[in-house]
Amino acid sequence: MRKVYTRPRLLKRVPFHYCPGCGHSVVHRVMTELIDEMNLGDRIIGIPPPGCSVFAYHYFDVDMAESAHGRGAAVATGIKRAFPEAIVFTYQGDGDLAAIGTAETIHAANRGERITAIFINNAVYGMTGGQMAPTTLSDQVTTTTPYGRDTKIEGYPIRMSEIVALIRGAVYIERTAVNSPANIRKTKKAIRKAFQAQIDDLGFSLVEILSPCPTNWRMTPLESWQWIDKVMTKEFPLGVIKDITGKNDAD
Amino acid sequence: MLIKTIFAGFGGQGVMSMGLNLAQAAMLEGKNVTYLPSYGAEVRGGTANCTVAVSDEEIASPVASSPDFIIAMNQPSLVRFQNQIQSGGVLFINSSLIEAEISRGDIDIVRVPANSIAEKLGSPRSANMVMMGAFTKKSNIVSVSSVIEGLKSALKDKQKLIAINEKALMAGYDLL
Amino acid sequence: MSGNSTIGEAAIRAGCQCYFGYPITPQNELTEYMAAHLGRKKGCSFIQAESEIAAINMVYGASLVGARAMTSSSSPGISLKQEGISYLAACELPAVIVNMSRGGPGLGSISASQSDYFQATRGGGHGDYRTIVLAPSSGQELADLTHRAFDLADKYQIPVIILGDGMLGQMMEPVEFKHEAPEELPIRGNALRGAKGRPSRIIKTFTSKPTELEEINWSLFRRYQLIRKEETAFETFLVEDAKLIVVAFGIAARIAKGAIKNARTNGMRVGMLRPVTLWPFPSEKVKELAKRTRHFLVFEMNMGQMIEDVQLALEGKGEVSFYGRPGGVIPTPSEVLRVVSRLYHQKGLESGK
Repeated sequence: MRKVYTRPRLLKRVPFHYCPGCGHSVVHRVMTELIDEMNLGDRIIGIPPPGCSVFAYHYFDVDMAESAHGRGAAVATGIKRAFPEAIVFTYQGDGDLAAIGTAETIHAANRGERITAIFINNAVYGMTGGQMAPTTLSDQVTTTTPYGRDTKIEGYPIRMSEIVALIRGAVYIERTAVNSPANIRKTKKAIRKAFQAQIDDLGFSLVEILSPCPTNWRMTPLESWQWIDKVMTKEFPLGVIKDITGKNDAD
Repeated sequence: MLIKTIFAGFGGQGVMSMGLNLAQAAMLEGKNVTYLPSYGAEVRGGTANCTVAVSDEEIASPVASSPDFIIAMNQPSLVRFQNQIQSGGVLFINSSLIEAEISRGDIDIVRVPANSIAEKLGSPRSANMVMMGAFTKKSNIVSVSSVIEGLKSALKDKQKLIAINEKALMAGYDLL
Repeated sequence: MSGNSTIGEAAIRAGCQCYFGYPITPQNELTEYMAAHLGRKKGCSFIQAESEIAAINMVYGASLVGARAMTSSSSPGISLKQEGISYLAACELPAVIVNMSRGGPGLGSISASQSDYFQATRGGGHGDYRTIVLAPSSGQELADLTHRAFDLADKYQIPVIILGDGMLGQMMEPVEFKHEAPEELPIRGNALRGAKGRPSRIIKTFTSKPTELEEINWSLFRRYQLIRKEETAFETFLVEDAKLIVVAFGIAARIAKGAIKNARTNGMRVGMLRPVTLWPFPSEKVKELAKRTRHFLVFEMNMGQMIEDVQLALEGKGEVSFYGRPGGVIPTPSEVLRVVSRLYHQKGLESGK
């Protein structure tokens, strides 16, 4: 019989602590597969700052270090500058990258740091129990917007990828989702391109991934997949937002 | 022996380099020396000053609350520092730019028309070195040859500049 | 060479590979020195960061991969760096942090002050940790202690703080550099360099098991005890026959020394203890001195911070007085001499009893 699926070599053999239906496990799987395929396992360093994925180092079988909340891009900068041979990625949530770490992200991008930011956008603070995120949609109910996000009071969902795309040091930015097999494959392809931009020494790359959080959205996993399609992508449209790598995709 | 000197003037008059010059010369003579520039918001608005302490022993504080010597290259510096100088101290005044009468009778006053001498020498920007020459002679903290040595090390290999500055220095030195 | 540039040159000669900073008076000459002399050096990196917070986290990143890294700032900027210092301490990462401190609280003044003593010696950020704190008092010591800071940081895998002040940073003094920059430094064994030919490595403290974190804290504490034993440094001056000992650090100790020399000329038996390491504090030395000398005068450019360490060390076995000037005021040696003389007479020390 032909083997069509195997556990990624760089995914540690421990059970995930993530909730059922959570997008993190899918992204971890895709990334560990990709790191192996691109043969980066022995020179990649990952930085997962606080958020649900703070424990990502329990699953990725590569060198990883914790960072303070929001400081992923600064820590990755220090790593890359001191050890340019490394391939460096941050794995940040929406609170981390789009609220507390906005300055670090924008300035790392502006310096064109050869690092890759994996930006998990689930429109909510997951680890702390479902509070409003900077990317929480208008009228979306969270524990700190119990009457729905009122843009007059709480402001608008922030589109970080579009903001970072304006920055000259950023060379590759794509928004994907992990709510269908097709979208998961696109996510993998996007991260590959982002890593490749780093390997080619071109500049800052970012992949924003719309990721389901059934627990805090109070939905079933299936409903949360559908919500990404029907609601979330209206605010955060999928696709390549910026590509100045000069490598147009053959397919 | 502990001697403290304040050099003060407009930015661009070269008061910081005068202080550095004295510090360098004292260092060459194996003395203990500290150089403390004014900094930050204090130097915005165009006035600059620095304090040089020279001693045979360890220097406790680089700050001079009652200096032995003050070099005032412009009017505002005179106003600011003339009351700080120690009784018996020496006040050097750039008489080309300062006309005011000095109210204190307990200090020695040396008037040096630094700018007009420098102009006569054909190098108006070396007024600071004219003053430095006069100061070196009167204060007797370091020898004039050490000042010239210091000048040479500060200006590295710029022979032309060294010659101009040395000429101005000696003009001031020979004035007294 | 200004004190700030002296630190820069000494750092480069100690093999500093990365400097990340953010401008603030009165330490800008150090940032500028590193931009000019480290920025284009092979294998080295200089970044003017977007904030002090980013700068300390870049230091954290560079330290993760085994580089000798440094940042510098002055009081308000050091407050911002506390988050990163706590993480460095937690993850047992070496780093050198320079604080050319200024008057506080708040934006304060740009004049020299010693009001960051508590912040530096008590850890400064959140959590149960300490940093080694070195307090230079001259240009030469800025050079020597900067070199030592890098060595201590590596030896104990700990962030080291150089606590200077605005005046030390601005002042120029003759300095002799005793070291040449090393060709290449060995890479620390526990650095993150990619999992090539070895299992992957994690550097972190976060855990959901309190007992795990308890063990991390114990392990840090054991190291701190070792540092207390091995690395406490101080200078004494004329303490043998002293009836009054002035305790002062950094620039204040210099000013005090001038006052003490004059006091001696006037027949007063006054000496000085100058802690060179503020943490670990030379408590044993204070205790030892208290066997012969009863009276201590703590002199600081703040409202009384180190005095608490002196009192703790004395355990009531001596009399402690205090003189301080906060806010960036630089006291003169004659001012301190007046304080010393008054105290000397008040306590009846001239009677020879």
